Amino acid sequence: MPISFDSALGIHAKALLLRSRRNEVLASNIANADTPGFKARDIDFRKVLSETADAARLERTHAHHLDLNSEAGIEGAELLYRVPNQPSLDGNTVDPDLEKAAFAENAVRYNASLTFLDRKFRGLMLALKGE
Amino acid sequence: MGLYDVFKIAGSALSAQSVRLNTVSSNLANANTLSSTPDGAYKARQPVFASVLSQVDGGPASVGVQVAAIVESQAEPVREYQPDNPLADADGYVYRSNVNPVEEMANMISASRSYQNSVEVMNTSKELLLKTLTLGR
Repeated sequence: MPISFDSALGIHAKALLLRSRRNEVLASNIANADTPGFKARDIDFRKVLSETADAARLERTHAHHLDLNSEAGIEGAELLYRVPNQPSLDGNTVDPDLEKAAFAENAVRYNASLTFLDRKFRGLMLALKGE
Repeated sequence: MGLYDVFKIAGSALSAQSVRLNTVSSNLANANTLSSTPDGAYKARQPVFASVLSQVDGGPASVGVQVAAIVESQAEPVREYQPDNPLADADGYVYRSNVNPVEEMANMISASRSYQNSVEVMNTSKELLLKTLTLGR
């Protein structure tokens, strides 16, 4: 039975990709904390990840079928607008404290996914060496 | 790729905030400059920020920031009676710049906080990237 890396690594590879995408979105929010009219955005992590996980179960039986397993699903993740609790007069909806908290949380979870992946690779290496 | 774009985004924020710090420092430096005409008096400068969408390689969501323009304050310069001043006009008045030092100090603190935030973002993303590079070692 051939082992594909995708099934060996499980959901963590996709989670990592989505985390890095969210990292970028949150960095944009923090960068634009002082830009008039800028609206803070975010990704619904759970929703996007479950969508890509569902897509992973679909088989491509024709060359013209859309490849839902590719990174495009994560790169094109739907961006939602954050509901501001203190909108400012210039139309900016970035709350720097909230964004920083979300950024830190995202970084920690990225690290978690990374650790899971690392351990998976170590397990595979161990199996290969057979020591 | 997400994490590499963060450097572009945070970098644009750093340069925009440093432009803001620059205008603050030139405003504060010129807070007490005098002129013999109202038009010649120094006017406080403010940068106007605008977001930049980079669609091409960063996907739809990477939004940097740029300085769209630098505008001069329209407030009236302060008219002062100083007949002894060599810059005084025929009636003995000089015109002081319209810089409001309190406003500038608040602006400076805001700019330096935003700068720090972006530096933090860069550092965290760098750590994540470096850690990703050692994956599987």
